[in-house]
Amino acid sequence: MPHRKSLASIWRRIPQRYRGESTMCLNCGRHFFPPRHFCPYCRRKSKIAPYTISGRGKVMSYTVVHVAQEGFERQVPYVIAIVELEEGPKLTAQLCAVEPEDVRIGMPVEMSFRRISEDKDDGIIHYGYKFSPILSPKK
Amino acid sequence: MGNVAVIGAGMTKFGELWDKGLEDLIAEAGAKAVNDANIDGEDIQAIYGGNMSAGRFIGQEHIGALIADAIGLTPIPSTRVEAACASGGLALREAYLAVKSGTYDVVVAGGVEKMTDVYSEQVTQTLGGAGDQQWEVFNGVTFPSLYAMMARRHMHDYGTTEEQMAAVAVKNHSNGSKNPYAQFPFKVTLEQVMSSSKVAEPLKLLDCSPITDGAAVVILASEKFARKLPQEPIWIIGSAHTTDTLALHDRKSLTSIEATRLAGRQAMKQAGVTPKDIDLAEVHDCFTIAEIMAMEDLGFSKRGEGGKDVESGKFNLNSELSVNTSGGLKSCGHPVGATGIKQAVEVTWQLRGEAGKRQVDDAKVGLTHNVGGSGATAVVHIFSKEVD
Repeated sequence: MPHRKSLASIWRRIPQRYRGESTMCLNCGRHFFPPRHFCPYCRRKSKIAPYTISGRGKVMSYTVVHVAQEGFERQVPYVIAIVELEEGPKLTAQLCAVEPEDVRIGMPVEMSFRRISEDKDDGIIHYGYKFSPILSPKK
Repeated sequence: MGNVAVIGAGMTKFGELWDKGLEDLIAEAGAKAVNDANIDGEDIQAIYGGNMSAGRFIGQEHIGALIADAIGLTPIPSTRVEAACASGGLALREAYLAVKSGTYDVVVAGGVEKMTDVYSEQVTQTLGGAGDQQWEVFNGVTFPSLYAMMARRHMHDYGTTEEQMAAVAVKNHSNGSKNPYAQFPFKVTLEQVMSSSKVAEPLKLLDCSPITDGAAVVILASEKFARKLPQEPIWIIGSAHTTDTLALHDRKSLTSIEATRLAGRQAMKQAGVTPKDIDLAEVHDCFTIAEIMAMEDLGFSKRGEGGKDVESGKFNLNSELSVNTSGGLKSCGHPVGATGIKQAVEVTWQLRGEAGKRQVDDAKVGLTHNVGGSGATAVVHIFSKEVD
């Protein structure tokens, strides 16, 4: 049986997955994604405040997935990357609007709102973030 | 506190064992280990059993009691230990602590996984649970894709090649071809690895460990108890367990498993050994790149040179350091909860001189290294023929 996600488990992550809402620590200035409830560096001295991620970063590493888990079979081959955001946090997401052979480590990318997967034909459609290359401005 | 000994070891053959269920596997490995230890069931005071996901693989939870029941040892305490692919290694660690603390004289450390009762897509999904469901798997991450990203970055930073990764599979299959317990006891060529189908680039099918059924058991005892037995005990002289962030992306490095580095250092410090003192190592080669990183993180290779070293033959059987003499996860198989205990069984046999055609000459000190997920848990143990 595939693992079907409850509505609540999807709903409670909407601020992060749709809008990139997260937290930072005002004591040390570190930004987090996903949000943390306390700063692992400052611990008791943590001063947690809301912050929204820039959505711009660069590719730290990537892979082209050929054997997918359930719910992603129809998307293969697809690119998964670890992206380091300008302000520090790193996250894992698919790359889109780019051919697998054109992806490079260090490539600048930006976040966009996308359809991620679905729980079979009659299940929930999941939305969230993917990243696509930032095109260099025309001269 | 007294020393802790391995007094018995046993395992099932690893493979697609369609005629055996989880309870059959653990009972078989348990009986072999108890016989090997020259003890009676009444001597055993507690059980620690490693198992990653019987709930998802066969719909069965409550594995602690199931193991005690299957090996006929109720009503003694029996605890299931879970740390994804490091469940076995962590069960060994908990059993070691239970004896080291003086609480028990004789305990069972076991590991078991029954993986072939579900389709492979479901295995892929369950193993994905070793990563971060919310922030990795939700976005389409598979377990191999995490190691693939480590491999890609290792290639980028250090010039590691796909051929060097393939050399790990060639070596481990060569060792496994000499192991009657191995799931795939045959050799593979570099060309076969390089031309195998893509899983998550740059990793190919023969860079990946397989889906496996199997169980392994070691019996641990206090020095006082072990000295009364006819056989020579093997001693655990170092034991360490560390953790890191669940998600790969939150780690300091993509090319090193910090948890391994720290656990290796702690275990070697406790044992009073350096990498040069170690004769053989069973390391966590869930993917070929994982063995290359393990060699660097445990101090057997310089940073960035693990690929070159394996390619040069430095880690072949009876060369500078014999690595994964059992065939590793790659060729011996990877029943996730059993792997950490299988590593201890192999090292015990090697140090006793009972490893047959894959015997390491004059083996005195051995190391086991078991990783959970993409590096969120690491467990390292060091075994010796002699003890202070």
